[in-house]
Amino acid sequence: MQRDWITPPATGLGVRLAGLGKRFGERTVLDDIELDVSPGQFVAIVGRSGCGKSTLLRLLAGLETASSGEVRLGDAPSAAARDDVRIMFQEARLLPWRTVLQNVKLGLDSTDATARARDALAQVGLADRADDWPSVLSGGQRQRVALARALVHRPRLLLLDEPLGALDALTRIEMQRLIESVWREFRFTAVLVTHDVAEAVALADRVLLVEDGRITLDEPVALARPRAHGSPAFAELEGRVLARVLNEPPGEADRLAA
Amino acid sequence: MRANAGRLRGVAPWIVPLLVIAGWEAASRSGWLSTRILPEPVAVAQAFWNLLKSGELVHDVAISTGRAVAGLAIGGGLGLLLGLLTGTFKTAETLLDTTLQMVRNVPPLALIPLVILWFGIDESAKLFLVAIGVFFPIYLNTTHGIKSVDAGLIEMARSYGLEGWPLYREVILPGALPSILVGLRFSLGLMWVLLIVAETISAQSGIGYMTMNAREFLQTDVVLVGVLLYALLGKLADLVARGLERRFLRWNPAYLGVSA
Repeated sequence: MQRDWITPPATGLGVRLAGLGKRFGERTVLDDIELDVSPGQFVAIVGRSGCGKSTLLRLLAGLETASSGEVRLGDAPSAAARDDVRIMFQEARLLPWRTVLQNVKLGLDSTDATARARDALAQVGLADRADDWPSVLSGGQRQRVALARALVHRPRLLLLDEPLGALDALTRIEMQRLIESVWREFRFTAVLVTHDVAEAVALADRVLLVEDGRITLDEPVALARPRAHGSPAFAELEGRVLARVLNEPPGEADRLAA
Repeated sequence: MRANAGRLRGVAPWIVPLLVIAGWEAASRSGWLSTRILPEPVAVAQAFWNLLKSGELVHDVAISTGRAVAGLAIGGGLGLLLGLLTGTFKTAETLLDTTLQMVRNVPPLALIPLVILWFGIDESAKLFLVAIGVFFPIYLNTTHGIKSVDAGLIEMARSYGLEGWPLYREVILPGALPSILVGLRFSLGLMWVLLIVAETISAQSGIGYMTMNAREFLQTDVVLVGVLLYALLGKLADLVARGLERRFLRWNPAYLGVSA
């Protein structure tokens, strides 16, 4: 049933940010960011709202241009790799006047576009909703369609801009599992921006904290997958990162973790 | 019970018009209402039938409809084109919008003396009046529609590699369409109003000519046939606009499951 394209070459795209800065007028949003993400890694970026984490993601996506420094994807400047990069937004951003299937096909013009789109929909468990209008789907289903729309392009770098922020707690956990499973299957590099530390720890190999336009914490997550939210190691790490985000003294971390 | 309620709902809207017609007929027959003011409904129906039989009616309706459609095509087409232009390109907006907004504030009917001086009283005068009237609703709503397309959707489509015409076709035009159709509906209403005025001022054919001619000979029944025809054609234009909305806005929750 599954077609060849489902098993893409195992090539995530490496990301290198060198002296990356972004200013809007007088305001410096990002300042001299240095970052190396190895191919296939899952990185989560956390931080308070307005810290610049979304801007960082938009720079990676090429939706903003850097004021200084450079984004390199793979071995090339980011512009050359744009077709390998796909982004999921906080809102699903489906075209309301196109059916679910047409939305997934957006921007595909190969002859097997329809078959590929159907496969991608099956991948996210929505094969039977192909001919529905987006307006009749639930919030979680819309985000799954948006995920299928990104996956159908076989991205080597998937950017996730708080895509689960508006979902209810249960749908969120379902979506986290789905994202983790497609990431494990497709081996793309993933960068997730989130304000939810538990989500970051559940999904990422590495959690970055952005504060005042700088990366102030780079924490590896060495927990085995699939990760159980309740495990002591998970709770300890979550508590530590959360305390750091909230700028609390180290002692607080233990209290929060307990 | 439920079937009865359904039938009642089907019949109910027609009760008031039927009562009005019955009352009108009674008032005419009793002589309380003079035929010079309002002929009885039967006489109007008779006049309608006679005009239909002689072919006069079909001829005049065809002429008027032709004028209306031609005026709409010219004015609406230009409105759509300029609306797309100013909605899409900032330069076009800077250059054109202020001028057009000024012209918009002139009621088309105030131009009648000028129109007669420019075009005389032949076909082009009527087309001009209709065209200039329908231009603005479509122009304004097209511009507005394009500008109000969700910027998030455009950004998403760009990040999926859509540029130029594909971006326009997939995102901008469909996004602007609800607004454009609202403009079209306004225009269809204005179209008949302007045509009626143009035809009553000067015409050798058409529904307006028919009614003005009948007025000269005190044929109130024919005048009434003309009035009813305008009402019918106006309703028909509205149905066409609604049909277009239902066809092109199927995706919109506001139109989902609406029966025809």
